[in-house]
Amino acid sequence: MPEQTIDVKYVANLARLDLTEGEEARFSSQLGNILEYVRKLESLDVGDAEPMAHASPVYDVMRDDRRRPGAGAEKALANAPDRSADQFRVTRVVE
Amino acid sequence: MSRSAAKLTIAELQRDLRAKRRSPREAVADVLQAIDSRDGTVRGYLSTDAETALAEAEKADVSLPLGGIPVAIKDLINVAGHPCGCASKFLDGAYTSTYDASVIARLRDAGAIPLGRTNMDEFAMGSSTENSGVQVTRNPWDTGRIPGGSSGGSAAVVANDTAVAALGSDTGGSIRQPAALCGCVGLKPSYGRVSRYGLVAFASSLDQIGPMTKTSEDAALLLGAIAGADPLDSTCLDEAVPDYTRSLTGDLAGLRVGLPAEYFGEGIDAEVRSLVEAAIGELESLGAGVVEVSLPHTEYAVATYYIIATAEASANLARFDGVRYGRRAAEPADILDHYRRSRSAGFGDEVKRRIILGTYVLSSGYHDAYYVRAQKVRSLIREDFSRAFEQADVLVSPTSPTPAFEIGENVDDPLQMYLADIFTIAANLAGICGASTPCGFAAGGGEAGLPVGLQVLGPAFAEGAVLRVTDAYEKATGWHQRRPGTASADGGGAS
Repeated sequence: MPEQTIDVKYVANLARLDLTEGEEARFSSQLGNILEYVRKLESLDVGDAEPMAHASPVYDVMRDDRRRPGAGAEKALANAPDRSADQFRVTRVVE
Repeated sequence: MSRSAAKLTIAELQRDLRAKRRSPREAVADVLQAIDSRDGTVRGYLSTDAETALAEAEKADVSLPLGGIPVAIKDLINVAGHPCGCASKFLDGAYTSTYDASVIARLRDAGAIPLGRTNMDEFAMGSSTENSGVQVTRNPWDTGRIPGGSSGGSAAVVANDTAVAALGSDTGGSIRQPAALCGCVGLKPSYGRVSRYGLVAFASSLDQIGPMTKTSEDAALLLGAIAGADPLDSTCLDEAVPDYTRSLTGDLAGLRVGLPAEYFGEGIDAEVRSLVEAAIGELESLGAGVVEVSLPHTEYAVATYYIIATAEASANLARFDGVRYGRRAAEPADILDHYRRSRSAGFGDEVKRRIILGTYVLSSGYHDAYYVRAQKVRSLIREDFSRAFEQADVLVSPTSPTPAFEIGENVDDPLQMYLADIFTIAANLAGICGASTPCGFAAGGGEAGLPVGLQVLGPAFAEGAVLRVTDAYEKATGWHQRRPGTASADGGGAS
């Protein structure tokens, strides 16, 4: 596993989080400890073990292709922080 | 009228309702009254909606399997028309469910009445309920201590007799560990046993909803109502749902109980160890044979879990962007500022830590070293259990290495907090089922002491075998019938 310590500020930006300086310092040290702990996986010989993505056998689940009622616009918009008519009003995304 | 309905089990209340010794409305009124008089200090509930619950009680059909039975619901399961906040500032007061989760729809079909939202660690991330963004929940046995987590509210209200039963969710022990620390019964069903439609996702390959109750018989009744395939959750398997109460034979003749050597090593509180050893003796006297088994990859389980769970959480929590629901920062400069400020103001420390860790282990250059490696170790952990279950029908261990710790004791050391889940985490990684039931009391807190839990693990879809063991043990010992004294929990002024 990589020796490099976690650049908390950089990763927080990837996750769309702003951190205060206090959080940055605290999380750097706490996450550093946690990464140090998980490094124990490095020493284990995993042989040819398959990566396990699901806890149970996975298979495709099919259903009939029939029309079903959906939630509808009013329900979908019921918790909108901001709306305009039948739409979510969002922060501008184009210049 | 005899005892308050809040003090009864599902089975007892069901008998009373069917014999018309009390009405569903009286039962709901009793629970509301119990909450008023005894939840003030414990604070297991985030809110109740008395009017709706009483109105639903009026219409309850007591001939149905759970007709007229009120059930408390962890605050991450959608109940139409009620708030659902995951105990997060991001959603609290800003979100009302527009639909029922499948487990709620099934409870309603069975005649049950959702009554009250219970507190939890924010987005189910924690082992003490101290990560709630809304309030502190106290252990009813000693209000200076934590109730466990993340389903700490559900465990506390069941143990405190302010609920008949509750639903919780378990991603790494979040049903079993609080059940152990509060002295009630908690069952984590196998992965794929219960639909997660309408459960706010934390780690999708690990999460399961399950019952938190006063007896294993109640857990069997509640599981029977909520289990089974669901067209709205493709991970919920199409396995027949047996009548789990038929597994409750009261004896353990011919049953092979496995003791994983790695679960009885160092780091276990001495009283917890001796109570669990005494419980194993009791299982033998009920007819079980005991064999030692090995789960050789146990020491890697916590590390594996915190890579996989945080990776999945970082993806699942991307949906909380302040666009369609939840809190949105005021007057953002641009869309990135909107995301960053909305999320940063809404999430607490533990949620931020886990999102950052999960983003890190999935990021380019680290994905194979951390995430894929953890997935391989997860395979090895599952194989450990497969081999152990060739030698034993169920495995037994402590649920938690210690009794409830004091509020504030571990908040600054997340790694120490993670290690509290050491005996429960592997079951989620392997997808198997497990339950915790009270097996005695350790010194500490008040005169009554602090509850200790016995964990029983079974293979996938062997909930019946697990409940057979916990039920027989309960009938033989009666530990599960002890209740906290009301003196310390009667403060009433805190709400």
